[in-house]
Amino acid sequence: MTGLKQILTIIQKDLILEMRSKEIIVSMLVFSLIVVAVFNFIFDPGSEQIRTTAPGILWIAIIFASNLGLSRSFAREHENAHMQGILLCPVDRSLLYIAKVIGNIIFITIVEIISLPVMVVLFDLDLHGVLPLLLLVLFLGTLGFAGVGTLFSTISANTKSREVMLPILLFPVTIPIILAASKSTSYLLAGRDITQIWSWMRILIIFDVIFLVVCFLLYEYVLEE
Amino acid sequence: MDKKYLIPILLSYVAILTALYFAFLYAPTERTMGDVQRIFYFHVPSAWVSFLAFFVVCIASIAFLRTGKESWDILAASSAEIGVLFITIVLLTGPMWAKPVWNTFWTWDARLTTSFILWLIYIAYLMLRSYVHDKERGARFAAVFGIIGFLDVPIVYMSIRWWRTLHPAPVMGGKQGSGLAPEMLMTLMICLGAFTVLFATLLFLRYKTGMVATEFERLKNKIHS
Repeated sequence: MTGLKQILTIIQKDLILEMRSKEIIVSMLVFSLIVVAVFNFIFDPGSEQIRTTAPGILWIAIIFASNLGLSRSFAREHENAHMQGILLCPVDRSLLYIAKVIGNIIFITIVEIISLPVMVVLFDLDLHGVLPLLLLVLFLGTLGFAGVGTLFSTISANTKSREVMLPILLFPVTIPIILAASKSTSYLLAGRDITQIWSWMRILIIFDVIFLVVCFLLYEYVLEE
Repeated sequence: MDKKYLIPILLSYVAILTALYFAFLYAPTERTMGDVQRIFYFHVPSAWVSFLAFFVVCIASIAFLRTGKESWDILAASSAEIGVLFITIVLLTGPMWAKPVWNTFWTWDARLTTSFILWLIYIAYLMLRSYVHDKERGARFAAVFGIIGFLDVPIVYMSIRWWRTLHPAPVMGGKQGSGLAPEMLMTLMICLGAFTVLFATLLFLRYKTGMVATEFERLKNKIHS
């Protein structure tokens, strides 16, 4: 089996599991909508203020829901000893990391695709002409967050209180990604100049590359021997 | 007491006494800030020691992943604990100085924010160490997190700086550098030296304690088995 096929097989395995239970996507989705609703009450609904905070709320919803999904997906693997099964297969461990990252990105993207229109309606956002760039920013932010998140959730799945441990490890380290992603989003939605938006997107891309390379190199050390 | 412990302890005792003399008696009182400026001689060396400590964590973590020797892991753990202690001192002394001088306890400046995030990352590091089931795997998890945590420092710093330069920054005068009187500079240097000696001593003692604890654990398991 070639590397690409191995990656696709692992992703397929995760997707089939999820399609049967729908446990992760549904819980992530409900959670992200709850976050959006709760934040709407904290900031005066319908006010001008909510529009400027909308990009931040969007990212809070995404990272909280991602955190939940990441921790669930690895807890499931841990409970049913899936990981041992995969490790017994003749699959290169670095390919396993790539497959896991892609799988997590797919889950998070599905949640984003559903919750973004809800946010557009609730916060009355104007996406004319910025939608392609917004989707790109969403993807780049998700890529970085899922890249670090995949490594850390493998770690936290093997600790005593894994649900608590994941955000404690993940959030401080990914602050640069969250910052760059939410800044790009808010500049986009505020209709800022393309050079200003691009300056933050470029930073986001650089951070993505650094984090993905480092996590890719370190992933084999967190797997079982 | 064993001579190899007594010498570093005496050395750091003398060093800290000298630093206290220079900081409180030798260094002139700053004209505009007054005596509160003297906190600078403890604040800056503490920041330096915490960065040094986290650098040691990163190097020891890399060495541990490469060699698998337990002593590297103990060194990383020891250094992280001392680093957290000193970064806590930085975060406590900073606002004490800032309130009378800047008229605010806190500002989201690059250096302050980075120190705060650093504190969060290494608190997470210590938590991770105490939350693992399996000691050997836990050491590898900690090493991976220790490496990423340190690589994150410049990334966090740069991202916060870009964030701040694109926004109106709070006004704060030249804190150090250009205007430093020669006596003040000398005091600072002596304090930096003294704190480095103190760090080396603490690290040495903590490392030795860690080694004894591991040996004790090993003997205990031997008796039980």
